[in-house]
Amino acid sequence: MRSQNEFSYGGDASIKRPELGKDVSDKDWDNFVYNRKSLRGKHWELWQHVSGCRQWIKVERDTSTHEIFNTLKANEEISL
Amino acid sequence: MTQSFRLESGGLINRDKKISFKFNGKNYFGFEGDTLASALIANGVHLIGRSFKYHRPRGFFGAGVDEPYAIVQLYRNGETEPNIKATEQELFEGLEAKSVNCWPSVNFDVGAINNLLKIFLPAGFYYKTFMWPKSFWYKIYEPFIRKAAGLGTASIKHDKERYEHKYEYCDLLITGSGPSGLASAYSAAKNGAKVILAEDKSRFGGTLLTSEVNIGNQSGKEWADSIISELKEMPNVTVKNRSQVFGYYDHNMLVMSERISDHLPKTKKFHPKQRLWYIRAKEVLISSGSIERPIVFGNNDTPGVMLSSAAKEYLKVYGVLVGKKPLVFTNNDSGYETAIEFKKNGIDPIILDTRKEPQSEIIEEAKNMNINIKNSYVVVAAKGYKKVKSADIAKISDDKEKLGSIENIECDCICVSGFWTPTIHLASQSGNKTKFNKDIDAFVPGISKQNEKTLGAANGIYTLEETLKDSFEKGNLLSKKITNNENKVSFPNVVEKKSAVHDKFWCVPLPKGKNYKRFLDFQNDVAVSDIEIALKEGYRSIEHVKRYTTLGMATDQGKTSNLNGLQLVSKIENKVVPAVGHTTFRPPYSPISIGAIVGREVGKHSKPTRKSPMHSWHEKNNAVFVDAGVWLRPRYYKQGKENLFEASKREAKNVRTNVGVCDVTTLGKIDIKGPDAAELLNRVYTNAWLKLPVGKARYGVMLREDGIVLDDGTTTRISENHYHMTTTTAQAANVLSHLEYYLQLVWPELNVNVVSTTEQWAGAAIAGPKSRDLLQKLFPNSDVSNEGLPFMGYLEGDLFGVKARIFRISFSGELAYEVNVESDNGNFMWEKIIEFGQEFKIQPYGTEALSTLRIEMGHVAGSELDGRTIPYDNSLEGLLSKKKDFIGKRSLTREAFTAEDRQKIVGVVPLDKKTSIPEGSHLVKDSNAPLPNPKLGYISASCWSVEHDNPFSLAILKDGKNMIGEKLFVMSPLKNKVIPVQIVSSHYVDPKGERVRS
Repeated sequence: MRSQNEFSYGGDASIKRPELGKDVSDKDWDNFVYNRKSLRGKHWELWQHVSGCRQWIKVERDTSTHEIFNTLKANEEISL
Repeated sequence: MTQSFRLESGGLINRDKKISFKFNGKNYFGFEGDTLASALIANGVHLIGRSFKYHRPRGFFGAGVDEPYAIVQLYRNGETEPNIKATEQELFEGLEAKSVNCWPSVNFDVGAINNLLKIFLPAGFYYKTFMWPKSFWYKIYEPFIRKAAGLGTASIKHDKERYEHKYEYCDLLITGSGPSGLASAYSAAKNGAKVILAEDKSRFGGTLLTSEVNIGNQSGKEWADSIISELKEMPNVTVKNRSQVFGYYDHNMLVMSERISDHLPKTKKFHPKQRLWYIRAKEVLISSGSIERPIVFGNNDTPGVMLSSAAKEYLKVYGVLVGKKPLVFTNNDSGYETAIEFKKNGIDPIILDTRKEPQSEIIEEAKNMNINIKNSYVVVAAKGYKKVKSADIAKISDDKEKLGSIENIECDCICVSGFWTPTIHLASQSGNKTKFNKDIDAFVPGISKQNEKTLGAANGIYTLEETLKDSFEKGNLLSKKITNNENKVSFPNVVEKKSAVHDKFWCVPLPKGKNYKRFLDFQNDVAVSDIEIALKEGYRSIEHVKRYTTLGMATDQGKTSNLNGLQLVSKIENKVVPAVGHTTFRPPYSPISIGAIVGREVGKHSKPTRKSPMHSWHEKNNAVFVDAGVWLRPRYYKQGKENLFEASKREAKNVRTNVGVCDVTTLGKIDIKGPDAAELLNRVYTNAWLKLPVGKARYGVMLREDGIVLDDGTTTRISENHYHMTTTTAQAANVLSHLEYYLQLVWPELNVNVVSTTEQWAGAAIAGPKSRDLLQKLFPNSDVSNEGLPFMGYLEGDLFGVKARIFRISFSGELAYEVNVESDNGNFMWEKIIEFGQEFKIQPYGTEALSTLRIEMGHVAGSELDGRTIPYDNSLEGLLSKKKDFIGKRSLTREAFTAEDRQKIVGVVPLDKKTSIPEGSHLVKDSNAPLPNPKLGYISASCWSVEHDNPFSLAILKDGKNMIGEKLFVMSPLKNKVIPVQIVSSHYVDPKGERVRS
């Protein structure tokens, strides 16, 4: 187990960046850049182990209790 | 003064050691083992402060952490500390304390006039009264309230004491060393578990120190002593006194504050004053006991009214009488125990019991001792101002609604017991859903959310036998789960007197025609009438009632007031207490010092200090340093009596005329390797990167996805698949994370590695018209001519045996180079540059001259790339590729970013060419326009142009493109300045960029 202060928060892990060079509607772009659900409860998040191995990981965490249910490596897909 | 309230013998104090101390300037004596409170009471001092709102006289109410009144300003070893509870502060030689909340003195207090005005100071008074007119708030209301209210005074001096942090892991953390804590710790320790037993007070044993019980043919205290001494010998057990577990956080992490030196006249050499423990426990056993709650009656805040358990503790632990004519007012058997102690010491108490005909072993004992007991009696009101002189008492009807005729009896203290409230703070902090226990009229822990269990009185179990049985068993079971050992401890024989059921009575009705204040919250002066008003005004949620009336919001967090407050709300609202619910318990359980929270991370230890390899050279050459993030950088090199302005001007001027050298080690450096490196750069930078040849550098700008500039810098192609990226000092860490984000999560298919090399390279920028001449001397074997090393070129050279990287890049607008060597050789490089630079009149320059040079040539930096600007704003739109997509490009099409009058960087010169322009000032069209004066832009950076010898600033200005030549005003309300200015190009020096290419 590593201490939380070695990690840095990276936001919603379920967001997919639109592919470079593809047309994106204003609405889709706004959703990608700005619009996030402020969930209470289970939430897939990105965290980076900045004071460690520098890996970005995906973490399923309860935003109200901070309980952690699941973690995935950067290249593993979240199955909801 | 003599200790006239001290018994001849008895107590746990050391009578052989007399201790002198001062309270409000007067000298007193106490004994070793006293608290400030017990020593003052021994000396007959009961007036210790004034209350928060009405400035009513305040005495002692409790004997420990629950104390709401006795808060003092403490003086110790030349330092002062506010808001210390006299009931917790152990006496030491030379202790000095003063009352708080009183002016000019505790005996004569001007604020007490509030007491006469109390009819005008009801609940929500501050909200209602001081709201209007608005302008009165700052000038009249706030200063007045601040002077009249407020507790102690914080010291403004630097705290010389040391505070430490400690991280610890254990199997079982046990909070409290009363019967349940001792029993559970003992059985867990016997199973080999790693146990930490924490006790808030200086003495172990909790209620065993004051109760008349027998465990295994020993007194409670003897049993506690023997268990503690056995635990202390066990290697798997840590026993800590003066240590309060005050917070229960996620993942079973608890924080404990250990007061190591607070009880000593001064901290021992190399010792900390306090130590904060971060403890991760597999299991937590909460054995925090319970706190007696008062019964509410008229003037129940008069000094001399106190908890009956406190009176007993003063007697049994300190050998001190809280009064010589005690009146005990109780609704349960605890009051009898106190009365019996008085009687044993030759004092005749009177017991008023709200119950009609209670019967129990304890009551029987009191009767046999001929104690005067009045059943179905209540105290209607305490009489006396600075100390109880008598009490109005009356018989109360069986339905507890009607009072009989009032009688007045003489007494000098009233010991109150309204039964016991479990201390559930830690359990509640852990997320435990507490539940209401009707049998004891209080909340107890319910379903655990984390690995915690609550034992004994804290769980509403009030008999010793049950407590011990349960605690031995829990300690055994939990430790067995962890260690797989089982060494059963034999259960000792317990003798205790049985109690009768308590009476649910908690508040004495007002007699006809009387309007006594009946206080619920003693520290914040919240009375029954205040809650009634709040409810009448429509406040329903207990959380709202709390905030409106400040009930339970004082530093004692309502330890003695919350439940009575709930009883009142539920009575008026006609609800049961559990339906009203309780307010949230938040850490800390009891106030802790800021010093303990901060620990050793103060001053220069608050963050690491990063120094360049050339740091010692800078120091030797009179550099004045500035913090740049965690780096220390030379701001300027002082010559003679120069100030910052003079020195930086000299250094910058020398760059423009001769040559200067600047330590640029702090720039972020990222090494990028891999066959897809160019592709990565092409995606994250706004300009094109696929065709950059080996041995060439290029300037690039990175955006965030929202189109805002993230950072700028140059990247050099070292070899086919190897690039060297530089970032600004401030953004180095963010840029690396940014690249890693895309490589790991968005484009895992790219075969690229990135790693920070900031600390691997020492960097020196050599700038000025003579820089090439110097470079040639440094690298005689390299061709550094304009053809051999053109602008944005790159060379690897040999610096007298040291491998060096030479970049022809410029941040100053002059012909300039950056030389990098491995960090170990940094000082060597620097000294060579200085040595060979002498003939070219080289001078080192610091960050101030560096800024001047970049500002006057219009090169953007952190103050323009401030997280609010897009490339256009910084005149970087020429770097936006039209042919390819890149991070953030899509956002640049947003309406606001493409507006015709979009803000843009400009230069600003004062019309008088003399007045310096403060950074952060606003630009306006009309300096006399009515407020709010429309703001057209802001000054991002200012300098004294050494080229033109006048002030020059950069600004981000609305419609900046069309504003060149306009005359505007710079306004700085902060500095009270209005400066007429002219808008010019941001490139104030060499606008065509000829020098860098020369």
